[in-house]
Amino acid sequence: MSTTTPGTSLQLVELTKTYAGRPVLSAIDLAVDGGHFVAIVGRSGCGKSTLLRLLSGLEAPCDGGVLVNGEPLRSVNLHARIMFQDGRLLPWKSVLDNVGLGLRGDWRSRGLEVLRHVGLHERAGDWIARLSGGQRQRVALAKALITQPRLMLLDEPLGALDALTRIEMQQLIENLWLEEGFTSILVTHDVEEAVTLADRILVLEEGRIARDFRNDLQRPRRRGDPGFSQLTAEILDTILTQGGQGSAPQKTADHATEAVTPEHGHSPRPTGQPAGARGSERSDSPPIGEPSGALTAQLQ
Amino acid sequence: MARFQPFQLNPRLKRSLIPWLVPLLLLVLWQLLASRGVIPTRILPAPSAIALAAINMGRSGELWGHLSISAGRAGVGFLIGASLGLLFGLINGLMPRAELLLDSSFQMLRNIPPLAMIPLVILWFGIGEEARVFLVSVGVFFPVYLNTFHGIRSIDPGLIEMGKVYGLSPWQIVTNIVLPGATPSILVGVRFSLGIAWIILIVGEQIAANSGIGYMAMNAREFMQTDIIVFSIILYALLGKLSDSMARGLEHRLLPWHPNFQRTAKAVPSKPAIS
Repeated sequence: MSTTTPGTSLQLVELTKTYAGRPVLSAIDLAVDGGHFVAIVGRSGCGKSTLLRLLSGLEAPCDGGVLVNGEPLRSVNLHARIMFQDGRLLPWKSVLDNVGLGLRGDWRSRGLEVLRHVGLHERAGDWIARLSGGQRQRVALAKALITQPRLMLLDEPLGALDALTRIEMQQLIENLWLEEGFTSILVTHDVEEAVTLADRILVLEEGRIARDFRNDLQRPRRRGDPGFSQLTAEILDTILTQGGQGSAPQKTADHATEAVTPEHGHSPRPTGQPAGARGSERSDSPPIGEPSGALTAQLQ
Repeated sequence: MARFQPFQLNPRLKRSLIPWLVPLLLLVLWQLLASRGVIPTRILPAPSAIALAAINMGRSGELWGHLSISAGRAGVGFLIGASLGLLFGLINGLMPRAELLLDSSFQMLRNIPPLAMIPLVILWFGIGEEARVFLVSVGVFFPVYLNTFHGIRSIDPGLIEMGKVYGLSPWQIVTNIVLPGATPSILVGVRFSLGIAWIILIVGEQIAANSGIGYMAMNAREFMQTDIIVFSIILYALLGKLSDSMARGLEHRLLPWHPNFQRTAKAVPSKPAIS
């Protein structure tokens, strides 16, 4: 961890949001320690994006609240940087000017440095329209990173990218997180992505936290590893069975049946404990003879 | 030396020549018909006669006088109308309360053709400069207003939200996000209103004026100078084309980021010269 300031800690106290009488989030209690990487997964419409918008201060809760480093959040959360799915870059500004949007003083050299970090410093002068989808998300990442945020809110940032670019970007995000030590909240519908990146995975179901998985797998994580597949299957199964009462989902994952029991290794825990191994040594056990863990974890 | 290659033109030159092919053919046809007496001079003089009239008027300085007066009127009227249109477009686009107050009034006024106001305008201003400048301003106002308003309102709200999250002040959001985002639409309004400015000016000058190209044409009618009349009409066409080109130039200048205006020259490599 190169930076001295720790990541922002978050505390959600009975956080409630209703839209037109319909509850989207009902009394969510959650504590996230500084520097943790938390993923929020769930079906579409489960309230995960709303949760992120409340954390960013773009929307106000109907009841309860958010404590940021112990201070109640009242307006836009300036500790936080959001990375949106669509990047939200300004097409009339160059790549570098997008990165430095709203900054004062001499930020250009820092902007170039951040762009070098995401591998795009050679495109600093280009217009956004010239970049591919993956490159745009890299710019969005650089733009979020330039202020050295202590809290990164990732709203399905890789949802619109192709599979290969997505894996590349996941590695980039993981490395940046390891270097910078910011707190990350990732909203995604891709369970594999959550397992790859997060050390804590929350399953959101109808506005409540249905399960709280801890993920102590060694980084960097590999999709084929048995632990990885098992956790993915378990999370996926939680989501599918809980949605099952209402709308009878199709069973997409057959091998998820072996991981139904809740006491299967990972128990839900109420508050964030310090995550285990965050070392960057390469895991030295390649998957041999394991069923490929490449089950499609797309839930939409 | 090169072989004789009759139509091996530079592709760029070719592209800029092709649009003139049809007008040129028509001109030749017209000249032929007129010089053989198929079209009487009273109805339509030959292009050569019109060119001659143009040269004479240019020499005597009469042409430049009328031309600069007309251009001045169009320019001043456009500046006033477009500035007001931009101003109210911005105000109403950015402030829903102002929109509530003003927009329906503008929509009512918009449906009055500016030319229908000529009798009233003459009573107000006489046939002085103010009358024509006023008419042009009114005509120019609405396209600029509507397009500015529309441009602001159709900005992706996600971008504005992004600006808020990144800690931009309301003023920074306007200058960094709203205005540049509305510029393409504003320029459409400008281009549209330039055309309207000329149309209104033509009619205005023909009805109540003692100078300008419209007056030049009406005056020529008194003396049955069809060549000058036709020349004035051609002048309007050329001036309209000129102002449109200027508006396009403005688009290229102000929207270098827009995919529609990015230089395509690199995409079309010119053929290497064969020697």
